[in-house]
Amino acid sequence: MSQPHFSFDGSQIPFRPGQSVGAALTAVGVRSWRSTRGAGRPRGLFCGIGVCFDCLIVVDGRPNERACLRLAEPGMEVSTQEGTGHGDLEV
Amino acid sequence: MTSKSERRFDVLVVGAGPAGLAAATSATRAGARTAIVDAGVAPGGQYWRHPAPSEHGVSAAEVAHLHHDLATYHRLVAGLPAVAQFFQHHVWTVTRDRRGFVVHLVDRTGGGEQAVELHSRRLVLAPGAYDRQIPFRGWDLPGVMTAGGVQALLKGHGVVAGQRVLVAGTGPFLLPVAAGLAESGARVVGVHEAASPPAWLSELGAVIRNVGKLGEGAGYARVLARHRIPVRARSVVVSAHGTDAVERVTTMRLDHQGRVVPGTERTVAVDVLAVGWGFTPQLELPLALGCATRVDVDGSLVCEVDDEQRSSVEGVFVAGEACGVGGAALATVEGQIAGAVAAGASSVAPRLRRSRAALRRFAQAMHRSHPVPPGWVDRLSDDTTVCRCEEVPFGALRSMQQDLVGHDGRSAKMLTRVGMGYCQARTCGYAVSCILGQEPSGTSGFAERPVSSPLTLGALATSCPTENDPPPAE
Repeated sequence: MSQPHFSFDGSQIPFRPGQSVGAALTAVGVRSWRSTRGAGRPRGLFCGIGVCFDCLIVVDGRPNERACLRLAEPGMEVSTQEGTGHGDLEV
Repeated sequence: MTSKSERRFDVLVVGAGPAGLAAATSATRAGARTAIVDAGVAPGGQYWRHPAPSEHGVSAAEVAHLHHDLATYHRLVAGLPAVAQFFQHHVWTVTRDRRGFVVHLVDRTGGGEQAVELHSRRLVLAPGAYDRQIPFRGWDLPGVMTAGGVQALLKGHGVVAGQRVLVAGTGPFLLPVAAGLAESGARVVGVHEAASPPAWLSELGAVIRNVGKLGEGAGYARVLARHRIPVRARSVVVSAHGTDAVERVTTMRLDHQGRVVPGTERTVAVDVLAVGWGFTPQLELPLALGCATRVDVDGSLVCEVDDEQRSSVEGVFVAGEACGVGGAALATVEGQIAGAVAAGASSVAPRLRRSRAALRRFAQAMHRSHPVPPGWVDRLSDDTTVCRCEEVPFGALRSMQQDLVGHDGRSAKMLTRVGMGYCQARTCGYAVSCILGQEPSGTSGFAERPVSSPLTLGALATSCPTENDPPPAE
């Protein structure tokens, strides 16, 4: 059986069913997938259990998903979150 | 959507870790119509965290070696088929109706968000705890993780957080984290425990009554020895360095008063730093319901409970870390008692009471031996991030205090935005209380009615008010 993948900023990321998006990214050495709203600093997994909200990521166009909780699914489109993830709403 | 009658229970248990699993199985055994709800994908909580059930995916068998006392876990899980189960359901608040309580959940199965309400005459809250953190220079770099987060990646996803890991902080939990990493192929470059190893000798009475727990520690120590992992006592990480991720950390020795010894800096290359300073119980729901609290020996805000795990609020029982951090064995006993009494059992077996008393003494002894050493506030620079969500630096809090405009969490939140972000002070609440010189108040120092999980307005809009029920009591 071939391994499932999801896309992350255009790259294909393999995962094992049952893994979160954050776990799959960590397994391939990706450490951060968000820039903070203020200083634009990189962030990734911190608490790993859904408490700290540091690992926010965009999944299928929806920002502010917790990468540590959201289970990876084949064909998912995942991307880095810039700031609030709602840059399209800025005036 | 289940019908209304299917959503009414005698006992509803929040949390499916050791305490919650024990409470749900013992309530069902006592004849109560019981439900269990948990944000996780599978029963076990943090301690017995298991991978999401899947075909051809990460299996429970491959993470079994990372676990302790799986026999108890399997015994408890065997009782679950008789319990209505709601996994990947996040409780965001609890209100009351005439017959008891309304538990408001967000169903996040399949990545969606759907509001759900469950009704129950009685509640057993077993929300568990998460790693307590104190800020230090560079702790906001990717690759700096909580010890529990590193363990969760291993147990829940079969993923090793990094190749070169340093484990630091204080408490017995650091040992299984380091052992699990080493057994899974990571190079653990050191375990830096801030406490002095002989500290528990002064608590010998409590320790002797819990030789089983000591055996558990000795097992981890053997793993660390086999992998030649250096364990340094009275050592602390003072800073993490790197550009876009952690590359090095600097450690320092602590003297017998827990103060850093000048000139003892050592810098070591790492790609992950796993750090934890004990645990913070998750008190949002007990606080929202008005349960009475106290500050425990470890400085954590915990619930007051009586001998039968009743909180100060009629019909609400609390079990596990939320009434005092004490580990899985204690949580299981407390859950057993809470579940049975919530289901109407008239008495508690004396054996359970004795076991709870001994395990609590052991937990208190461990807390006294593993304090957060003083002096960490002095090591913060003005640009050290304290609140990670809102990027509030230490300097903002310091100048607020100097200007004498605020001294409590609520003022600090309004003036600096500390604790105002997504996590609602779960991560920085303890540290901010210490910086402000206030007694720890959990998240309650920052909000009167903390929301236990954020939800979208869309999900809120799908939440229907319950027919014929009065508005929530104040």
